[in-house]
Amino acid sequence: MQAFQTHRGIVATLDRANVDTDQIIPKQFLKSIKRTGFGESLFFDWRYGADGKANPDFELNDPKFAGASILVTRNNFGCGSSREHAVWAVAQYGFRAIIAPWQDRNGGRVPGFADIFRNNCVKNGILTIELSEPEVDTLFEQVERFKGVNATIDLDEQRVILHVDEEIAFHFDIDPVVKDHLIRGLDDIALTLEYANDITAFEKTHDTQLAETV
Amino acid sequence: MAGKTLFEKIWERHLVKTMADGTALLYIDRHLVHEVTSPQAFEGLRMAKRPVRRPDLSFATMDHNVPTTTADRMTIRDPISAAQVEALRNNCKAFGVNLYDLQSDHQGIVHIIGPEMGITVPGLTIVCGDSHTSTHGAFGTLAFGIGTSEVEHVLATQTLRQTRPKTFRVEFTGRLPHGVTSKDMILKLIGQIGTAGGTGYVIEYAGEAVRALSMEARMTICNMSIEGGARAGMIAPDDTTYEYIAAADRPFAPQGESFERARAYWQTLPSDADAVFDRELTIAADQIAPQVTWGTNPGMVVDVTDCVPHPQEVPGHSVRDVEQALTYMGLEPGTPMTEIKLDTVFIGSCTNARIEDLRKVAGIIKGRRKADHVRVIVVPGSQQVRKQAEAEGIDQIFEAVGAEWRHAGCSMCLGMNPDQLTPGERCASTSNRNFEGRQGKGGRTHLVSPEMAAAALLEGHFVDIRNWSP
Ligand code: SF4
Repeated sequence: MQAFQTHRGIVATLDRANVDTDQIIPKQFLKSIKRTGFGESLFFDWRYGADGKANPDFELNDPKFAGASILVTRNNFGCGSSREHAVWAVAQYGFRAIIAPWQDRNGGRVPGFADIFRNNCVKNGILTIELSEPEVDTLFEQVERFKGVNATIDLDEQRVILHVDEEIAFHFDIDPVVKDHLIRGLDDIALTLEYANDITAFEKTHDTQLAETV
Repeated sequence: MAGKTLFEKIWERHLVKTMADGTALLYIDRHLVHEVTSPQAFEGLRMAKRPVRRPDLSFATMDHNVPTTTADRMTIRDPISAAQVEALRNNCKAFGVNLYDLQSDHQGIVHIIGPEMGITVPGLTIVCGDSHTSTHGAFGTLAFGIGTSEVEHVLATQTLRQTRPKTFRVEFTGRLPHGVTSKDMILKLIGQIGTAGGTGYVIEYAGEAVRALSMEARMTICNMSIEGGARAGMIAPDDTTYEYIAAADRPFAPQGESFERARAYWQTLPSDADAVFDRELTIAADQIAPQVTWGTNPGMVVDVTDCVPHPQEVPGHSVRDVEQALTYMGLEPGTPMTEIKLDTVFIGSCTNARIEDLRKVAGIIKGRRKADHVRVIVVPGSQQVRKQAEAEGIDQIFEAVGAEWRHAGCSMCLGMNPDQLTPGERCASTSNRNFEGRQGKGGRTHLVSPEMAAAALLEGHFVDIRNWSP
């Protein structure tokens, strides 16, 4: 897995909430049995017109976002289907990080990303960052104001630095386990297999028919 | 010390080890596999020269790509779909995984065949590369969807590394009114908490209205937990659960003496009276009306007696998001939901294509004709459901009403096979997702219960089935 330490790149914005994985990569592309070739199809239905040409009204097709590697969007990004193809598409398009706001609703904190999508990102070296809504609003405003806005993401320091007239920096929280995984680019399966003896021992006392300890 | 929740009891039983970083290494009792999310996982195993650790605990079928017409079923015309189905066949053979192939009597949507064959019973951990794995939680089991990297991880190790989710108890008090179903309960909940409201939680559904539901109806609720953001939904096992398991030939369920022993264990699973949940919510089931979605996510939902909302009046959604949804759906604010005219009615999916769903629909439409302008497709969730329906003569009721009676698969729930909506086509669907393009590019989906779909196919528009008779 590709490690993530610091990354600097162009920031693109997608002003929609609840972007589901059916939108990120539509069903017809799930038929592939390969792990590659999904970048072209990211946001397919929004990105291309009926004639197959780039849809000029779709935000990411704006020339100022060409080569963008950091995506800023709204709450509950990646909801719906568990398809990891969505993350492969995001990664293969060239994004390394996605920023979305958490929300305060009825006193509870609603995460910026859907669960399975966020998990799938970790497995593919994509960093998901949650900021507050006002902070994400600021990102949208700054990207709107300037052309080709760059940001640096420093995972170790847990900071997003926006390179505009006067640098703007935000701190973000992250699960330390996820952080460690990304920084070291760890392979989960190899790690778990180091505990093969524990798994074998567990199996000896575990009845998978009853899920009871025997 | 406080008692334990159903979730905690299962979690603790499956904890192989707590890792140094605090994550849990969780043992997986059943791994369900389908053709779409598994090929890259098997390929990963091959490249690393790793075997499947427990092929005996892995169960595969093909459902997403499968054509549902008799003529096309066995020879998939789309070469890419055919290649994906063939890849599953080859992978299962090479790695020794149980496969319910197209010609099997047990082929069907993975979440329908699990319970049907007794692969799903209480107290287990079940995963699948599919978000609607939450369905199986209806049995009092911890079941959740995973991505392809995790599918590979389970194939290789029979475990998953997980951080512990929080618990959320949703209590439905009272009894459901006539004509209102478990589909309406879950849509009501999602409307209330939003599509991200359950993120990070495992929901346990409880209360009188839940206890009164059949297993089929419980599966419908748990199925759509993911639509509220929760990875898993659970319902404590009870006599309804045990009767369902014992009622039919379920080859993988404990049998005879072993069943009795299992039941004794299952009875220890329900949450203790003094268990503490991280969050709780109560909904009065007797106040729930039939639900119909108007937008492009399942949280965009209203009572059938309501109108299409104005963009300013939808809690939890920005004006812009609502405007976009209404444009996509081709709806004017203020239009009564009952005046929305339909082109298609789809009865199917892992949410509502079990035998009980088909019986309910058949009971409503028996001896009637569909509205002339409506196309009706009925896709049983499994070949077993199809067989059972045919044994009961339900297929003939569908054919007499003017519906197409199909073979098992996901079909128009997501349209990976030839069953798709055309741009602008408006569909009442018993499935679970009304996302843009979900049932076909440009297609417009309204999620409803099977009963609401049945009434709609006769009338050609939505009706409030509480005070309607065919
Ligand atoms: S029926 Fe629909 S939701 Fe269920 S598994 Fe198939 S595609 Fe997914």
